Amino acid sequence: MKKVELINVSKSYDKQVDVISNINVTIEPGEFFVLVGPSGCGKSTMLRMIAGLEEITGGTLKIGEQIANNLSPDKRDLSMVFQNYALYPHLTVQQNITFGLDVKRMKKDEQKRKAAEVASMLGLTDYLARKPRELSGGQRQRVALARAIVSETPICLMDEPLSNLDAKLRAHMRSEIRRIQRTLGITMIYVTHDQVEAMTMGDRIMILHEGKIQQIGKPIDIYNHPANPFVATFIGSPPMNLAKAVLDETTEELVVENELRIPVPGMERSKLPSHGMTVGIRPESILPLTPEQTGGVKLEVTTTNVEVLGNETIFSFHVGTEEWMAKWSGQWHIGIGEQLPVWLEFDSLSIFDGEEGHLIKKTVDQSHHVVQQEVVE
Amino acid sequence: MKTSLPAKIWLYFLLIVTSLCVFFPVLYAFMISFMTGPEIIQGRFFPQTFNLENYTKVFDRLPLLNYLLNSFIVSISVMLGQLVVCSLAAYAFVFFKFKGRDFIFFLFISTMMIPWEATMIPNVFTIRKLDWFNTYQGLTLPFFALAFGTFLLRQHFLTIPKELHEASQIAGLSRFKFFWKVVLPISKTSLVTLGAYGFLTTWNMYLWPLLITTNQSVRTVQIGLKQLQSQEIATEWGVVMAGVIVVIIPTLLLLFIGQKQLQKGLSQGALK
Repeated sequence: MKKVELINVSKSYDKQVDVISNINVTIEPGEFFVLVGPSGCGKSTMLRMIAGLEEITGGTLKIGEQIANNLSPDKRDLSMVFQNYALYPHLTVQQNITFGLDVKRMKKDEQKRKAAEVASMLGLTDYLARKPRELSGGQRQRVALARAIVSETPICLMDEPLSNLDAKLRAHMRSEIRRIQRTLGITMIYVTHDQVEAMTMGDRIMILHEGKIQQIGKPIDIYNHPANPFVATFIGSPPMNLAKAVLDETTEELVVENELRIPVPGMERSKLPSHGMTVGIRPESILPLTPEQTGGVKLEVTTTNVEVLGNETIFSFHVGTEEWMAKWSGQWHIGIGEQLPVWLEFDSLSIFDGEEGHLIKKTVDQSHHVVQQEVVE
Repeated sequence: MKTSLPAKIWLYFLLIVTSLCVFFPVLYAFMISFMTGPEIIQGRFFPQTFNLENYTKVFDRLPLLNYLLNSFIVSISVMLGQLVVCSLAAYAFVFFKFKGRDFIFFLFISTMMIPWEATMIPNVFTIRKLDWFNTYQGLTLPFFALAFGTFLLRQHFLTIPKELHEASQIAGLSRFKFFWKVVLPISKTSLVTLGAYGFLTTWNMYLWPLLITTNQSVRTVQIGLKQLQSQEIATEWGVVMAGVIVVIIPTLLLLFIGQKQLQKGLSQGALK
């Protein structure tokens, strides 16, 4: 258990443009920290910088209390799982697992015992004598995982380890990695481009875009209060609906795409700027119109696409030039091109500054709590 | 793939015909090696009796066993030398980053365009200055650095995923250990190919041993075969062919052993 601290870290190739800049973050001991972002945002580069495979061109990297900028990879006391697993094709599973221990000159018996222990933890006991090419993708992935675990390093880095697996196996491995990380208390730094992985696995996640930190925080906080429109659309599926909006001072209404007019409650008015804004609303906050609903805005929309997923129904429609999506739970019989009344309220809007993109107004917390109920005999 | 019976017959017919075409000279030599002088002149293909007289003659007339041993020593040392030098050079070209690496590699490769014969005279002078005539090192050393071998191994090393290198860096493997424990085992097929190539070319080398050897101490078989032809006024072809067959056997053996290794294809399964 060690913390990893990045202070003003940046990376440039040939001293030209910074591909990563201004990274400041402290990853706490025993934390599951997820780096997420679209392809080419620099997340893998950052991980490789922490691993020591890539040179740090600016700033300081601290592992534990030690400055690690110039330490060689093996001195950093970490293990790494690669996207393509990087198993040694000429060695058996057993040898692959103990490879690192062999380098550290651990006794053969001890190596065997440890390999057996880890193999049973990951269900690899029957495959110890096989070569990697005789294993399925999921098994190879587990061998790679076993190799990282067996080294007992306090920090483990993973670079998109699940991206080569099919959806079902991925979901299974997700919970397995999480379980192992919890049991062993490893500090985990996990890179992924999959926001579902980030949301479900991370204690905290960092969203990177074009080499810059967009937001760091607990998954649910990021979901509820995205710091800017990029984060809003990156996290969540389907993404948050965005549209341009301005404040109409005379009627005290928010005018979205010259089409939708949402009344602004008195106390919120002063917070809104007079220039352009971007408003966002989660698809699940666009609700079916029912008689009980009071306040809010009613909107008549024409559906352009409908997807029924069994437990939920997603349909899209146009608001001005933007295409928005709404997600209703349950199965709804909606035809394409149908006119549909929907309802939304000001509270569920996220409003971003139109120029700088920062969050001006958060959504109001609408989460549910399970209340402890008394057991009646 | 399933093929119908006529297709199979046709396929095998073609295979047999072409292999006969390719193998005919060797087969003919094999037959001649059992024939007596008059039989050869008659132009027969099959000998009347399979007598081994020519074989005993060849061993009597020449220190053939001695030559065979020399050829073995020379070929094996050149093979090993090439493997060591080429694999280390290729490793440096692939896994080390240094300034001008690509340029140096290009320069290295461009030596392939210079025919060996062009560098022969300076090489002979060097060997003479070193007083290495009639020595094994004189026969072997000039062939250790092989641009083609370096190129071949480099191409194979390039296919090794860089993640393997990184994973071993994290595990704390030294550069040499990574070379020894990971790169070489993975590249076994290419190493075998290069080894077989090096052995065979050296085994069949004629010009260089002819220049470097002046007595029988380190002379190789190819020179011996030539000696057989020129010793008499009328060459006894039966004896020469017997010699040829004896010389071919080790190369054939090597081919069979090497082929099995080549087919193993060890490089699969490193990645998904």
